[in-house]
Amino acid sequence: MAEADKAVLEVRNLRVEFPSRRGVATALSDVSLSILPGEILGVVGESGAGKSMTGLAIQGLLERPGRIAEGEVWLGDRRIDQLNDREMESIRGREIGAIFQDPLTSLNPLFTVGSQLTETIRQHLGMGRAEARERAISLLKDVGIPSPEDRFNQYPHQFSGGMRQRVVIALALAASPKLIIADEPTTALDVSIQAQITSLLRKLCKEKQTAVMLVTHDMGVIAETADRIAVMYAGRLVEIGPVAEVLHAPKHPYTRGLMASIPALGARVERLNQIDGSMPRLDAVPDGCAFNPRCKDAGPRCSRERPSLLPVGTGASACWINAGGTA
Amino acid sequence: MLVFIIGRIANAIMVMLAVAMLAFLIFRLAGDPVELMVTEQTTQADRDALRERLGLNESVATQFVRFVGNAAQGDFGISYRNGQDVLTLIGERFPATLELVLVATLISLVVGLPLGVLTAIKRGRWYTESLQFLSIIGVSLPSFVVGILLILVFSVILGWSPSFGRGEVVQLGWWSTGLLTPSGRAALILPAIALSLYQITLIMRLVRAEMLEVLRSDYIKFARARGIPRWRVYFRHALRNCLMPVVTMTAMNIGSLIAFALITETVFQWPGMGMLFIQAVTFLDIPVMAAYLCIISFIFVALNTLVDITYAVIDPRLRGSH
Ligand SMILES: Nc1ncnc2c1ncn2[C@@H]1O[C@H](COP(=O)(O)OP(=O)(O)OP(=O)(O)O)[C@@H](O)[C@H]1O
Ligand code: SF4
Ligand SMILES: [Mg+2]
Repeated sequence: MAEADKAVLEVRNLRVEFPSRRGVATALSDVSLSILPGEILGVVGESGAGKSMTGLAIQGLLERPGRIAEGEVWLGDRRIDQLNDREMESIRGREIGAIFQDPLTSLNPLFTVGSQLTETIRQHLGMGRAEARERAISLLKDVGIPSPEDRFNQYPHQFSGGMRQRVVIALALAASPKLIIADEPTTALDVSIQAQITSLLRKLCKEKQTAVMLVTHDMGVIAETADRIAVMYAGRLVEIGPVAEVLHAPKHPYTRGLMASIPALGARVERLNQIDGSMPRLDAVPDGCAFNPRCKDAGPRCSRERPSLLPVGTGASACWINAGGTA
Repeated sequence: MLVFIIGRIANAIMVMLAVAMLAFLIFRLAGDPVELMVTEQTTQADRDALRERLGLNESVATQFVRFVGNAAQGDFGISYRNGQDVLTLIGERFPATLELVLVATLISLVVGLPLGVLTAIKRGRWYTESLQFLSIIGVSLPSFVVGILLILVFSVILGWSPSFGRGEVVQLGWWSTGLLTPSGRAALILPAIALSLYQITLIMRLVRAEMLEVLRSDYIKFARARGIPRWRVYFRHALRNCLMPVVTMTAMNIGSLIAFALITETVFQWPGMGMLFIQAVTFLDIPVMAAYLCIISFIFVALNTLVDITYAVIDPRLRGSH
């Protein structure tokens, strides 16, 4: 395998559990995915499917008592799922950049944009004050903020929503990470600004060959931005593959339902209800295939045995029909 | 920022005028001061002379204007009780109270803030839960009980520190300070601790509640996701966002401590304003009471104005548009 093709991120059979008095809730189960340098992986699925959870688990930011119960997370050649907090601090921001959903609340209101940028830069790159300031200003310029020297000294509330999200992107890129996890980066923004932000993100990541995990509800964003799509359902990955294939020739019955229910690009998954029923709660995921109570193609095997993610065409799908056998 | 400060100060002056009006009314309503000052043997001529000297023959409006004018220059008249200048009387006592209160406040911040942060970030551990429990006791224990216990343990049993008085003081102009002599500092410790215990628990509980709130916010999670070390996130990013209510509470506490340090002052025989006020009340010494009211109100108003300005220093969003 050529060096360029080596995955930046590789998640293997990840399982995340939340132990509680009433038993153990499994938030993620058997999630495997990988992202190459410069590749953008779109992650879609209904609300509560586990998209954000996957991102948090990779960053080591699961809230207690949540924990990785099984599986591995590899960042290049380094396994990171067992590192302690101190070690993760030198990975977060340095190797994995994060973009949150709401730019209005992602920035600390009491510090200037410049101080938050230089704080991140100095933390990870060990630069002096002046050098960090220079880098911060050039980052602000890169993300398309006009007159960055003046903006450097301003507070978040002096920026518009779109401009704040650009600042958040600058923060994510501050230490030139290899991977960016963007959790619904445009959901909270004005529709007119969403496209600008996604294309900015795409442009910067292609230039710097940064891998991106892009969580979104917006199929339009996915179609325009992503190279591959991962579809999640009830804490599991049900299908993953190149964007054109998943959008136009989905393999998994759930993905098919999802795509069929989208009247036009730009619509949001959460509002569509052409698939009858709703996603099960985490403590009530049915045996076998989690989708079986809602699946039109379900057979007897589906409620007994759980299908695993197997290669189909250029992608992979977790469905007995795709596995070549019968449902 | 300057406009903001000027606005706040104008506001403060209005409030002070209202307070002066109130103090003045107390003067007028408390009965004839001449009657309070004289004895059976005083002749009518002496009474009239006294009436004239106190300016009681002029119109009410003139008296009020003069009262405000004099008060603004620090002239609150003379004590009915012993004929001494009121401001001098207060000036002798005020430093003792202020030093006690400021040291107590300092202790409560230095101890209360970190404890509040600790109990928030380590909540659920046995030691933080014990602290929480102890703080309930701290809030409910009356300060004179704390004072007496401290005296019992540290002065009577251990003999480490004096149980009453202020120790030696050094005169800096009209200000007498106990902070510059070893015996003054030793005398200050116990009453300051007694006074701060309640404040420590208040600040700790307030900071804990605010921290728990702030730690849930996105910018804290984002700071963690940026790889900012945990302690820096807690003490720089989170604590700063908790400071506003702490500033308010601390300022209001300084005010109430000065006004009500009286119990602790009594327990420790601390020669402060509280003792002076008690005496003034017993003797119906109206000028002292009026001066006390004005000075305490001035302190509250000044603290309030300082709080508003501190807010603007902490939170850029309150500085007004640029
Ligand atoms: N502390 C917790 N304890 C137990 N379960 C949790 C906890 N936090 C989250 N979950 C569960 O984990 C599941 C995955 O949530 P996640 O936030 O990843 O969904 P999502 O796909 O990002 O949805 P959305 O589109 O709404 O953001 C949810 O069903 C949620 O109820
Ligand atoms: S495994 Fe069975 S139930 Fe699950 S998606 Fe495939 S056909 Fe439907
Ligand atoms: Mg989410």
